[in-house]
Amino acid sequence: MMTQAATVTTLLRQQPWGLWWTQARRLTVIELRRNLISWRASWIYFLAFIPTFIILVHLLIDGHSPSSMAEDTGILAGIVQFYYIRLGIFFGCLGIFSRLIRGEMVERSLHFYLLSPVRREVLLLGKFAAGAISSLALFLTAIVADFALMYAGYGAAGREYVFSGPGLGQLEAYVLIASLACLGYGAVFLLLSMMFRNPTPAAMLVLGWEAINPVLPSLLQKLSVASYLRHLMPITVPAEGIFALLTVETEPVSGWAASLGLLLLIAVVLTYSCYRIRSLEIRYTTE
Amino acid sequence: MSDRIIFDNVSKFYGEILGVNRVSLDIPPGITTLVGPNGSGKTTLMNLMTGLVQPSSGKVSVLGVSPSDATEFFRNVGYCTQFDSFPRGILGWQFVLDSLMLHGISKGEAYRLTMEALERAHLGDAAGRQIAGYSKGMRQKIRLAQAIAHHPKVLVLDEPLNGLDPMARAESLALFQELGQQGMHLVISSHILDEVDKISDRVVLITGGYLVAEGNIHQVRQEVRDKPMQVLIRCDRPEILASKMFVTNHCVEARLHADGRGVFLRTGDIDQFYSILNDIAVEGLVKIEAVAPADDDANAIYQYLIGSDGSAS
Repeated sequence: MMTQAATVTTLLRQQPWGLWWTQARRLTVIELRRNLISWRASWIYFLAFIPTFIILVHLLIDGHSPSSMAEDTGILAGIVQFYYIRLGIFFGCLGIFSRLIRGEMVERSLHFYLLSPVRREVLLLGKFAAGAISSLALFLTAIVADFALMYAGYGAAGREYVFSGPGLGQLEAYVLIASLACLGYGAVFLLLSMMFRNPTPAAMLVLGWEAINPVLPSLLQKLSVASYLRHLMPITVPAEGIFALLTVETEPVSGWAASLGLLLLIAVVLTYSCYRIRSLEIRYTTE
Repeated sequence: MSDRIIFDNVSKFYGEILGVNRVSLDIPPGITTLVGPNGSGKTTLMNLMTGLVQPSSGKVSVLGVSPSDATEFFRNVGYCTQFDSFPRGILGWQFVLDSLMLHGISKGEAYRLTMEALERAHLGDAAGRQIAGYSKGMRQKIRLAQAIAHHPKVLVLDEPLNGLDPMARAESLALFQELGQQGMHLVISSHILDEVDKISDRVVLITGGYLVAEGNIHQVRQEVRDKPMQVLIRCDRPEILASKMFVTNHCVEARLHADGRGVFLRTGDIDQFYSILNDIAVEGLVKIEAVAPADDDANAIYQYLIGSDGSAS
């Protein structure tokens, strides 16, 4: 047992980690430049910033009495829980991450990557990193802007709520939730894009799975991104009407357990994606 | 480290469709041409060689390295594919530079190699323009530049002359010849057999996914015993030479050259043919100026072994 562990350790030390790190960084930079900072991604910008625009209009037009701050706090929690997690980040990540592999197969340019001296696992993780950076930059900026604009109209009372009250803690929770959502959905959509020529129907199934998750046994509930995120919400938003259908009601789980659980799920999905990309073949004629 | 490209009993099936079947090859350094009709399996062989597709059975190794070991493999291999597509919005030089950056070399070195490759591929000022605005020939050149930029030991070229004008073809062929003379492996598939034939050391004939023949072009031609060989003899009295040959050798056809200063003869026994030709020359009745095989090029071999309909005979 000790000998095997020593062999594995030696084997790991012999791997060219420095080269892989350099390749992954360069790949990420190339990927960001080529595919994600472009006009084609404008609809994802729209998805991310439409609530920001609405909150800005609210700030400029509506009155802000201190008594309405609690209501606005609830609205912001609802925007994060119902809009960003269920729609904005979900579809934004579908657009960003499914493009990374499948998009390049459709445009017949993936072979250039596969013909470079880069391990396919490094290629996949580099592309995932590029997708993660893009989605995090977009959605975290949007959520921080939403938060700032929501309380900006309250003047001193707003500053008091943010800096001396629970405001900053809530913002941290929203940032954590959005980050985990981007990584979780990103990993899932990256895998789906390798498994299916058109990952959109599969993504709709994921959306359905997330919606029916509350009625599933607790073991199956753990295979849901949104169910973990629900436990991290700083403010509980009661589900009403159509939202009730979309709201996940699971057994209470501590914040750290939810975060670790989701990170574990992401690791498992990425590991399987690495396994799949090893056997990926370039057959554009069948795309 | 081996210096060979080896296919060990390799088969590839796309579902129920045959790509190539039980191909065994041992390709030494030099220029090797893959010859076969459309759909014969040439591109499949090249994709197998570079790991873009994986064999259903058998093994492929290039210089002793398997394509699955990408880090080591693609330091030594460049592949100019037939896929005429590029990442969107990319400039010519940027395309080559991005590819080199993934090798893990310094930015300065990558930039130097990029400029060198662009120059070798004769792209000139076009390198600063978007590839989307390139002509087909220029796209072919930028793919070639990208494939040779890292100084590979093995260069795989799928129809590299497609879309090139005669001048660019000549430049590319000269470059291939130069690379071959430097000891590189060049594996080329092309329909332009006449031009590739001039620089090829070896030929691999494939049709319907099956290997038909492989080896030195002249050797392959001589092995095609059932097709009489054609020889052009330049001499002062071709009609007398033809009549003597018909009497003493198994000549099956004689055709005077258009300028009247030579004759094309077909013979079923080339060894005896040359022996008798020596005797005639010694006799002094006919003054022989030159003797050259007239149908041991890739084109003729293709016609004899595969035929114009693409089915092996």
